[in-house]
Amino acid sequence: MQHGKYRFIAGFLAAPLGLYALFVVWPFVQSIYYSFTDWTGLSPDFSVVGLDNYARLWDDDVFWTSLRHSLLFALLLPVLTIGLALFFAFMINVGGRPRRGAAVSGVRGSSFYKVAYFFPQVLSIAIVALLFQFAYNPESGAINSGLRAIGLGGVQPLWLGDPDLALWCVMAVLVWSTVGFFVVLFSAGMASIPRDFYEAALLDGAGRITTFFRITLPLLRDTIQSGWVYMGILALGAESFAVVQIMTTGPGGPDYSTTVLVLYVYQSAFRDGAAAYATTIGVALLVVTLAFAAVVMRLGRRERLEY
Amino acid sequence: MRTTQTSPAGTAEPLPQEVKAGLSGAGPGKGGRRGRGGVLNAFSHGVLVLWAFMVVMPLLWAVMTSFKDDNAIFSSPWSPPDRLHFENWSRAWSQAHMSDYFLNTVLVVAGSLAGTLLLGSMAAYVLARFDFPGNRFLYFLFIGGMSFPIMLALVPLFFVMNNIQLLNTVHGLILVYIAYSLPFTVFFLTAFFRTLPTSVAEAALIDGASHTRTFFQVMLPMAKPGLISVGIFNFLGQWNQYMLPTVLNTDPEHKVLSQGLVQLAVSQGYKGDWSGLFAGLVMAMLPVLAAYVVFQRQVVAGLTAGALK
Repeated sequence: MQHGKYRFIAGFLAAPLGLYALFVVWPFVQSIYYSFTDWTGLSPDFSVVGLDNYARLWDDDVFWTSLRHSLLFALLLPVLTIGLALFFAFMINVGGRPRRGAAVSGVRGSSFYKVAYFFPQVLSIAIVALLFQFAYNPESGAINSGLRAIGLGGVQPLWLGDPDLALWCVMAVLVWSTVGFFVVLFSAGMASIPRDFYEAALLDGAGRITTFFRITLPLLRDTIQSGWVYMGILALGAESFAVVQIMTTGPGGPDYSTTVLVLYVYQSAFRDGAAAYATTIGVALLVVTLAFAAVVMRLGRRERLEY
Repeated sequence: MRTTQTSPAGTAEPLPQEVKAGLSGAGPGKGGRRGRGGVLNAFSHGVLVLWAFMVVMPLLWAVMTSFKDDNAIFSSPWSPPDRLHFENWSRAWSQAHMSDYFLNTVLVVAGSLAGTLLLGSMAAYVLARFDFPGNRFLYFLFIGGMSFPIMLALVPLFFVMNNIQLLNTVHGLILVYIAYSLPFTVFFLTAFFRTLPTSVAEAALIDGASHTRTFFQVMLPMAKPGLISVGIFNFLGQWNQYMLPTVLNTDPEHKVLSQGLVQLAVSQGYKGDWSGLFAGLVMAMLPVLAAYVVFQRQVVAGLTAGALK
């Protein structure tokens, strides 16, 4: 059993660990170091400048705007997405009228809903963003022509072109594309809640709303919490980058109304030639992400329920 | 909003009525519906139908639009095409390089998916089944990668890749995809290997099989369900990846599907070839949707297994 154990362990770990160290850990460590330098990314020369980048960050209006938008994404998107998904999942799984032999059941056509709602989740976020960019087009997009078709020709918002609306339009797309995943996730969670809990509640005369708040919600807490962290990280990172970068003018416009931290990192590094400053914004993004996860974990701490 | 509790019948004697309704399956008739809260039912059914409509409509609209000519797209976005303009599809496939983007994506995803599963299961197996100094540290080093923003590492990574001549290459992209897929894959598969019985592997070792052979011939086949779940998760993630190729793969020759589409949107926008663009979009969309409909059970199980753990 022990023969050649360490050689085997080293052999099996070498390749995965090597790749991971070279492409993930090392750049990650470097980025924190670079945030204390004046490196442009264009030339190999740079020097350490201490906290200069952080001071610049403090006075940078675009940074604060992006930070505000990112925080809004991280707080509001999970609320909207998870709230909607909980409602749908409850209706689909428990919300139906009682049928023969079952105290609780889903609404009719629940399996169709489960499959259809998940559609956007399998599509590339780039496809989703492009599709909605067309839908939002004020002249010939599907939404405004739809409004005209039903006699609301007077209501023709500019959508992505309107600084007051653009951020909400982008958020709506992320909600649209992620709700289905959480519907399925919560459905799986609800399926594991013992049926007798619902039967007992029903016998006690509880309505569906009471059942939802007293039984389903408390028992799903763990699932909701991990979903919350997952959604928050998505909203701070890759997903929001894709939708903002593809859909908005600028990108990040109009007039910085949709810029988010992750996009600002990208633009600073690859458009403005300020690689060191970009990593500084990245460090701020890291702090926000970790703080977000810590807060959610902290709020959700409690005794584990066994059933 | 809610009527169940406030209806006179309900407050007078809610218990027997509810139970009776449950046992007799108070049918789809109007009366039964009102007794169980007609307004709430109608409302929530309405919302469910509305959301299904909102999810399916944009996709159907895109398919329909891909068969229209450019004039019709702008003059009447909602009306069906006058005839099926298949030339949009052939134009997008050949002239707009959709075929190249497809090929690149297939190459990158095939390579990185195979690599992710192989390297991920190797690392996970060692971390799950062997005691050695630093085991816990390496485990947390791997799974720590799940929670930090990738964009932070991408800036230095760009220059690392540049220095070792891997920027804008297919194999470079494959290696990076593997590296960034490892945290979740190792996390998931470590948990999975811990649940597998030890006796079979021990029997194989006693019979004289080496550790390596035991892994490939005994453990890996046993881990198939876990590999499928994590494989689906990684397939969708790598197929749909946008941020990594946008930063690390700017050579037009090597663009993958998601970047290629965005590129197409920009260039076709100048040319005014919207119908070609929609054909490209639908081309990229339909294979994944079709695969999802066929394998939806496995897809859903694979994705939720990941998030529930």
